[in-house]
Amino acid sequence: MQRRNLLLGAILVASTALAGMPALAAGDPFKIGLILPMTGPFASTGRQIEAAARLYMAQNGDEVAGRKVELIVKDDASVADTTKRLAQELIVRDKVGVIAGFGLTPLAMATAPLATRAKVPAVVMAAATSSITEQSPYVVRTSYTTPQVTSKIAEWAAGQGMKKVVTVVSDYGPGLDAEKTFVAVFGAAGGEVTETLRVPLQNPDFSPFLQKVADAKPDAIFAFVPSGVGAQFMKQFVERGLDKTGVKLLADGGITDDDILNGMGDPALAAITGFHYSAAHDSELNKKFVADFASANDGMRPNFMAVGGYDGMHAIYAALEKTGGDSSGDALIAAMKGLAWESPRGPISIDPETRDIVQNVYLRRVERQGDQLWNIEFETFEAVKDPGKTGS
Amino acid sequence: MLTILIDGIAYGMLLFVMAAGLAVTLGLMNFVNLAHGAFAMIGGYVTALAMNRLGMPFLLTLPFAFLVPALVGVVAERLLYARLYRRSHLDQVLFSIALVFMAMAGTDWLLGSGQQLITLPGWLQGRFEVFGVGIGRYRAFLIVICAALVVGLQLILGRTRFGARLRAAVDDQRAARGLGINVGGIFAATFAVGSGLAGLGGALGIEMMGLDPTFPLKIMVYVLIVVTIGGTASLTGPFIAALLIGTADVAGKYYLPELGAFLIYLVMILLLILRPQGLIARAR
Amino acid sequence: MSDTTLSHPATAARPDAGQRASRDLLRRGRLKPAEIVFWLATAASFFLLPDRHLLLSEIVILGLFALSLDLIIGYAGVVSLGHGAFFGLGAYVAGLVSVHLTGEPLTGLILAALAAGILGLATGPLLLLRASDLTRLMVTLGVAMLLLEAANRAAWLTGGADGLQGVTINPLLGRFEFDLFGTTAYAYCLIVTFALFLLARRVVTSPYGLSLLAIRDNALRARSMGIPVGPRILGIYAFSALIAGVAGALLTQTTMFVSLDVLAFHRSADVLLVLVLGGVGYLYGGLIGAIAFKLLQDWFSAITPQYWMFWMGLVLMVIVLIGRDNLNALPRTLMRRLRREDRA
Repeated sequence: MQRRNLLLGAILVASTALAGMPALAAGDPFKIGLILPMTGPFASTGRQIEAAARLYMAQNGDEVAGRKVELIVKDDASVADTTKRLAQELIVRDKVGVIAGFGLTPLAMATAPLATRAKVPAVVMAAATSSITEQSPYVVRTSYTTPQVTSKIAEWAAGQGMKKVVTVVSDYGPGLDAEKTFVAVFGAAGGEVTETLRVPLQNPDFSPFLQKVADAKPDAIFAFVPSGVGAQFMKQFVERGLDKTGVKLLADGGITDDDILNGMGDPALAAITGFHYSAAHDSELNKKFVADFASANDGMRPNFMAVGGYDGMHAIYAALEKTGGDSSGDALIAAMKGLAWESPRGPISIDPETRDIVQNVYLRRVERQGDQLWNIEFETFEAVKDPGKTGS
Repeated sequence: MLTILIDGIAYGMLLFVMAAGLAVTLGLMNFVNLAHGAFAMIGGYVTALAMNRLGMPFLLTLPFAFLVPALVGVVAERLLYARLYRRSHLDQVLFSIALVFMAMAGTDWLLGSGQQLITLPGWLQGRFEVFGVGIGRYRAFLIVICAALVVGLQLILGRTRFGARLRAAVDDQRAARGLGINVGGIFAATFAVGSGLAGLGGALGIEMMGLDPTFPLKIMVYVLIVVTIGGTASLTGPFIAALLIGTADVAGKYYLPELGAFLIYLVMILLLILRPQGLIARAR
Repeated sequence: MSDTTLSHPATAARPDAGQRASRDLLRRGRLKPAEIVFWLATAASFFLLPDRHLLLSEIVILGLFALSLDLIIGYAGVVSLGHGAFFGLGAYVAGLVSVHLTGEPLTGLILAALAAGILGLATGPLLLLRASDLTRLMVTLGVAMLLLEAANRAAWLTGGADGLQGVTINPLLGRFEFDLFGTTAYAYCLIVTFALFLLARRVVTSPYGLSLLAIRDNALRARSMGIPVGPRILGIYAFSALIAGVAGALLTQTTMFVSLDVLAFHRSADVLLVLVLGGVGYLYGGLIGAIAFKLLQDWFSAITPQYWMFWMGLVLMVIVLIGRDNLNALPRTLMRRLRREDRA
């Protein structure tokens, strides 16, 4: 029998008493609770965003409108109920002024009602499902939405005279979102999606699906897969010889994620992607961002996650500046609506109606410059709103 | 059709190489080593780092992808695992999961959380045609390498003195000890080879499954499925199971994409209902 | 519970074996002092730690979940790596009830429990195969993964990967609203857990529970003694599933959200880890394991959000290497030393 364990348990219960003393100081710093997946399969999302947020603070100081800004980073390991609990604790115990981060859609969905109840702004820096901003009037997004990017890829494909396309998406929320958008927009523009294939999220061996594509002989294939497995997708695309048979590979830019693009090698050259950010975006601001990011993080290249985090911090800073240090949730949200600024990705703004981001969408192809691979932008769609809401 | 079959076989072979070590540790030492995937990860990282940082050619890195995990395996076996052979299965599960946690966080800390990518030499990229059937070069390469390994393993087990001793130790540890067989030494050597094979599997699998710090957890379930279906009495069982799972998975995704991820678990449950002890059960 | 001896008048000078057995059972059924201390400490945590109620609710839910697993591992000797199936089903049923039927929490709790219990009955026969632990682990895992895929596919019902939207829970008993601080949630979880614990304790100390122990120790002997092995195991499995379903429902109701990861593999693996950490076969293992695991996790991840798993792994490994029995002996040796000083 292990009855003795009971005493141990009682001691453990009692010891929590020591762990939880409230930490409310009078100097009133402005705290930002950043909840990210720092471990598990989506850890790199968390790393990019945290690094970018810290870079923003290093570049712009940690004082806004007379208040000292503090960043509290928490790991939710991309488990939704943990995200929600951490957010709740940050609001209740740490008295944060803003919660931010949210690596995946369900994590943001779980927390949105909380933002409403607590009247605390939630800045979504990564999750990309269209409907997130409709879940609470306190949600603001600085990443992108899947339909925003996908609809422009579909428009462009139709404009290039492509008629038959097969879609291959990972079988989860964002993938299905992309599939739906592509089918609708491409169909409306006169094209035809002959087959829609869905790949299980677990065990991403794409070969059977790509074989189906090869058999269907379309003009192009539209792919949406999580950024980590994009490299495998393109390698197997080339391995099947699909690039030789003239099938174009169109994809959401996550597939040529800047973070790991360099390791992908030549197969990446096959992809034409649409996206809102490329580390190769041609602007002074972006060059400085990429250089500073790399020097602060051991040569790491910022990706779309990083720019979402960076701009999220800007939105918070700018709103606090505008309210003159008033950190009530309503004031901050009101201040964030309609903000417009120049980001490393180009000009962006927060739609005052939907609190969603309005930004340029670029079409890019991968090119080798020196010994490095970059996403080179060759066409721009300006100030794109999320079609999931505007219906445009 | 044939292309699909060949893809499935290549995938199955890969699964087998990764799972073989686990089947042996389970069968021989009755040890539930959920950290087996960690050794596969070590092998993968050895290859990825040697190629990307030292510029070694792919083939040359493979022996290291075997040796390094094997060495780590021997050290871990002598220092840690050997203490737990007599403990309950649940303790072993807890211990090996703890080891997986440490391996994952440690890798993350040393090498970052991103995907490790490698570029295969040109002669392994692309595909060739045999009688009108397109075959990926890398997949053909996998089949050849893994088949050679399987034959080698069978020969070692069946024809050598070491193999005879190993089989004796599996069948009856106490009797083997009584005959003067150094069971501890055999354990260590077997563990090393098993870990090495896992490492080799990890290295060969980068191209198909990717490689990041969560790799041990990702492949754990697949490897366990192979071992459970195959049974731990011999290597033949897991081999057949791996081929079966590999082809079923690939063919299922091609012909029945709606069933997608269901299929592999359905196949497993059905096979286990039919043969609860595994395809090739231990003689009782 | 303590005065039920009255119903067994010990008039006979030499009580026969049957009476002795029932008296033994009663003695086992009584709460021991250490147990009372444990529950008092737990109740005290409600008043002493008002700002940690959120974390504490999570601990209690995990503890209840692990308790349910203990019923089958510790008392029937059936291992499972798929207990998350019942947890997840309970969570989804509770969520769906609140969306489509009523936001009243107790109704959701009961329906979730029933659904999980029925699933337990339905899948239980898979465990009766003459199979090794490994086979059982994988069969249960397979069932859980199938359920996960089904939930992913049935996006029209479950909301798919985005999670189920619109879960709102009415105030408890119409009076206590689920507040931001998690106070109501914690009280709710604690009371439900305590009630189910008492029930589970009642079950395992009953003759039925004893017959389970006999099966666990030697199924062949138990069968030859006339114990119907199959139905007994099925019964406890369904009961355990039911409790796991309640734990899942509690999670949904206190977080007002359900997403696919309630069914994910890591739930089943974590709960097994927690239970083994706390020790199997005495009902408290799950609760203590949950407290230790979550506190360590909270503590390590506050220090290093990126690498907490490493330290967590190290602690678990050391615990296994030292051996839990030696650790358990620690309080006893301390106690003994204290008592000796008292006497001196």
